[in-house]
Amino acid sequence: MNSGKFRHLLLHIYRARGIARRYFITNGFDGALTMLGLLAGFYTSNAVPLSVAVSACLGAAIALFMSGVSSAYLSESAERKKELQELEQAILTDLEDTDFGHASRYVPVMVALVNGLSPLLLSLVIISPLWLAQHDFPLHFSPFLFAIILALAVIFLLGIFLGRVSRTFWLWSGLRSLAVALLTLMIILFFNSGR
Amino acid sequence: MATIKKLVLDVLKPHQPNALEFAVTLAEQGADYRVHLSVTEMDEKTESTILVITGSDIEFKRIDETIRRMGASLHSIDEVEVHSDRPDGRSTAVSS
Repeated sequence: MNSGKFRHLLLHIYRARGIARRYFITNGFDGALTMLGLLAGFYTSNAVPLSVAVSACLGAAIALFMSGVSSAYLSESAERKKELQELEQAILTDLEDTDFGHASRYVPVMVALVNGLSPLLLSLVIISPLWLAQHDFPLHFSPFLFAIILALAVIFLLGIFLGRVSRTFWLWSGLRSLAVALLTLMIILFFNSGR
Repeated sequence: MATIKKLVLDVLKPHQPNALEFAVTLAEQGADYRVHLSVTEMDEKTESTILVITGSDIEFKRIDETIRRMGASLHSIDEVEVHSDRPDGRSTAVSS
């Protein structure tokens, strides 16, 4: 691929950044909330060994990655194909071997990776205290509590990122996301305390 | 040997790349190409444009390939200016 073609492909990918950003936030939020739910459940049950908790969280993170990659790839490639066909009908020419054709193949892959990697990576960050504790790294308090705080911090940061995208006050946007996470936490604690 | 000095092309292009990116990409195909693009009509998905390309030696094939690569379609060649550099040193201009 020569530099001109590559530059145009990059332009298409650059234009798809809005979609990738949306997927990053949506599925990142999904991943962080899923981990928060699992961790809150483990913390309140008080009887789950670290190795089981790490395996369960890792399993959920990998499932979120697979789900994120496959769902985004399927939906995005179907959308791109439809767009390409509509454009082909308008221009009355085959666009398979043009920048549009190349972008309709590469952009879904990029978007799918963003959608899959965002919950996986954020989940790995959130469960890192459990993993550290499992490998005898000294933590001053419960690794579950540490991980729950980390999950809340990640969700707060996602909110700040969202605020920067929408050009609203970052603290308000971060606090709004944090409020959703705290509400989730309270619902989980409420149901677990009744058992 | 004849060299193309000017081309006026009727091109149907998608909205993206926009007129500026489209013209810049075409101008970059030659060291001294000058590109003038005017949008004559616009609908939901496409733009009809008139491209005026001038240069000391325009490579039509390259221009055509670049237009197609950007998802556009060359409808017609509306005007050309071609100079014939004959071996005896005389130069003849041809235009349509």
